[in-house]
Amino acid sequence: MLYREAGDYKKSYAEDSQTFPLKLDRWAYYALLAVAFLVVPFVINDYWASAVLIPFLIWSIASLGLNILTGYCGQVSLGTGGFMAVGAYASYKLMTSFPDLNIMIIVLLSGAITAAVGVVFGLPSLRIKGFYLAVATLAAQFFLVWLFNKVEWFYNYSASGQISSPTRSMFGFEVTGPTASASAKYLFCLVLVVGLAWVARNLTRGRIGRSWMAIRDMDIAAEIIGVNPLKTKLTAFAVSSFFVGVAGALMFAVYLGAVDVGDTFGIQKSFLVLFMIIIGGLGSILGSFIGAAFLVVMPVLLKNVMVGMLGWPSDMSSYLELVIIGFLIMLTLILEPHGVAQLWRVTKQKLRLWPFPH
Amino acid sequence: MKFKKLTAIAVSALVAASPLMANELEFPSISYRTGPFGANGAEVADGFSDYMTLLNERDGGIGGVRINAEECETGFNAEKTVECYEATKDSGALVYTPLSTAATYQLIPRVTADQIPLLSMGYGRTSVSNGDVFPYVFNFPANYWTGASVIVNHLLDINGGSLEGKTIALAFHNSAFGKEPIRTLEALGEIYGFDLTLLPIDSPGQEQKSQWLQVRREKPDYVLLWGWGVMNQVAIQEAANIRFPMENLIGVWWSGSDNDVIPAGDASNGYKAVTFHNVGTDFPVFDDIQQYVVDAGLAAGTGENVGTILYNRGLYQAAILAEAVKVAQARSGVADITAEMMRDGMENLVINDEIMEAVGLKGFGPNFTVSCADHGGPGLGAIQQWDAASQSWSLITDFIEPDMEVIQPLIDADSAAYAAENGIETGRCN
Repeated sequence: MLYREAGDYKKSYAEDSQTFPLKLDRWAYYALLAVAFLVVPFVINDYWASAVLIPFLIWSIASLGLNILTGYCGQVSLGTGGFMAVGAYASYKLMTSFPDLNIMIIVLLSGAITAAVGVVFGLPSLRIKGFYLAVATLAAQFFLVWLFNKVEWFYNYSASGQISSPTRSMFGFEVTGPTASASAKYLFCLVLVVGLAWVARNLTRGRIGRSWMAIRDMDIAAEIIGVNPLKTKLTAFAVSSFFVGVAGALMFAVYLGAVDVGDTFGIQKSFLVLFMIIIGGLGSILGSFIGAAFLVVMPVLLKNVMVGMLGWPSDMSSYLELVIIGFLIMLTLILEPHGVAQLWRVTKQKLRLWPFPH
Repeated sequence: MKFKKLTAIAVSALVAASPLMANELEFPSISYRTGPFGANGAEVADGFSDYMTLLNERDGGIGGVRINAEECETGFNAEKTVECYEATKDSGALVYTPLSTAATYQLIPRVTADQIPLLSMGYGRTSVSNGDVFPYVFNFPANYWTGASVIVNHLLDINGGSLEGKTIALAFHNSAFGKEPIRTLEALGEIYGFDLTLLPIDSPGQEQKSQWLQVRREKPDYVLLWGWGVMNQVAIQEAANIRFPMENLIGVWWSGSDNDVIPAGDASNGYKAVTFHNVGTDFPVFDDIQQYVVDAGLAAGTGENVGTILYNRGLYQAAILAEAVKVAQARSGVADITAEMMRDGMENLVINDEIMEAVGLKGFGPNFTVSCADHGGPGLGAIQQWDAASQSWSLITDFIEPDMEVIQPLIDADSAAYAAENGIETGRCN
């Protein structure tokens, strides 16, 4: 009754094709942005920032990236962790080689470097598909982690092979390093998330996104109607790796501050991102966020309920957490195989008709 | 509706997580009882927790203030460590002992900014023993570089003072932890004329066939093992499989626990490891642990780990920190100390026979003193050997001194590089 198109007149093509055609959705979106930008930075503390919001934002970027490649273009990748490592090490090398370079530029350049690496590892996708491509990208994962462990230049010849992020600031506020304030780190990530989500949304509904989806749905048919598979697949790899690289750079510089490549960017991270997009919804921007929230925020929430509220031992709650998350994943996928985003789509459809479904 | 309920739970849960200031000595125990390193992490956590429980039950805490050593599970995971740290740091935390080199690297800048001390006993970044550059980080009484040097000194001992022309292989966990000793071993190799072969093993270390094939082919005289968790068990088993002489396989203290040798059965007989504290339960404190903790049903974990190597390490860590609290209380005149007072106590800590006897740990570890400039202690280490027949470890040497002439320049260089990279002003201790 409330949630409907009726009365919401569109007077131009631009209005007609906007992301949120319903007034209610639009308002909700603007309200969310307003809260995220104007309220949260003033109430956030270190725990909320470092344990909940910053990881959520960073993993959202990573899952947006993989969703572009896997969800929109249909190329399965298990190299996400390795590509995140490229972003992290690129930002470390840039930070230490050019101390005066603005941190925003460093993060975006790290994304660009990762995009270049991603294109190289995307080349096999022209010959192989499906599981075989997954294995090829798996090779990228292991090769990249090995490379950053092996070649000392990448970690500036430090004794331990760890990289630590120096302090860098923007507009006079520190955004990396141990003394950076929670709100500065949060806002820095938030700006990137909003910007990149906007880019992703507009790429995926334009010409490039349509060519990706054409390749995903049937590559031979796409080729016949004039979609160039080389260009399409490689742009998907490039854009996806750019996103993933930015996530890796933020993970290292803003979130963790110090990184051990095998521990932080191991194969389990590749799977984590893949699970995020499968649970959230393949080929959905909203799904990327939902998936990230499901797998990053939910464990923290469960831990706080079990240890903080119920007072259970922390090791038992850690095991239970795995059980509960596993159960919820199965439940979600059984009830809605297309991910939580599809659940939301169905709910919206029902809401439009409510209370007169016929 | 469901969403609303969930959000309500979420909000209340996270509000509940925000800490309250309590009139207790807060020792947040960042531990891991789960994951690939959980078996080892649980023993250390048990030892730490049981000693703190003992102090609460027997003495009513330290100086009349009770101790709260609540655990936070990390699963040896960097993200969860950050979460645990952020959740506990405002509760009046006195000191952190993360038991992970990677986590220590992550926490060093954070604890320095938040002014909370951190003790990485026998792990972490070795150059933190330069207290001038790292005012909040301690790694007494021993570190990786002194450990490596003690092993080499032991090898010199059994080889009549010369390692000329010998080859030593280092099988290490391919992470910050495993890479730490390489620099020292390279420097020592140049001095004593042995060749160093590096055998990196990727975490968690279940797959080591190729590395041991290389050992079989190249036949190094000695293999040093720098592993943790499941990697140790696999390495010792693989060494036994290629019939590598066990007495020539020497582990760091993290590769010398009961968990590591028992799976290989009799084959692990004679395996050696360096240690910085004593083994067994032949100390008066264990009677008290039995009486006040185990018999009272207050033991942490399953209560079955009392007296294992790693349990003893956790206990030693707790005992040393408790002494530091006493020093801090005496120096400040306040019983409910703050993190800054704790730092001052740790920096002025003196461990001697008298103190160790008073807490029922006479001869458990070497004597040492900490100072403003030296946060690392003397780095003494002894060699322990496994006897598979009696299922027990025994010390086969006294506590050996490391080559500080070799190590100190490395520490100075590495800490100076850190100070330059992070713009830290030195000269605090002059």
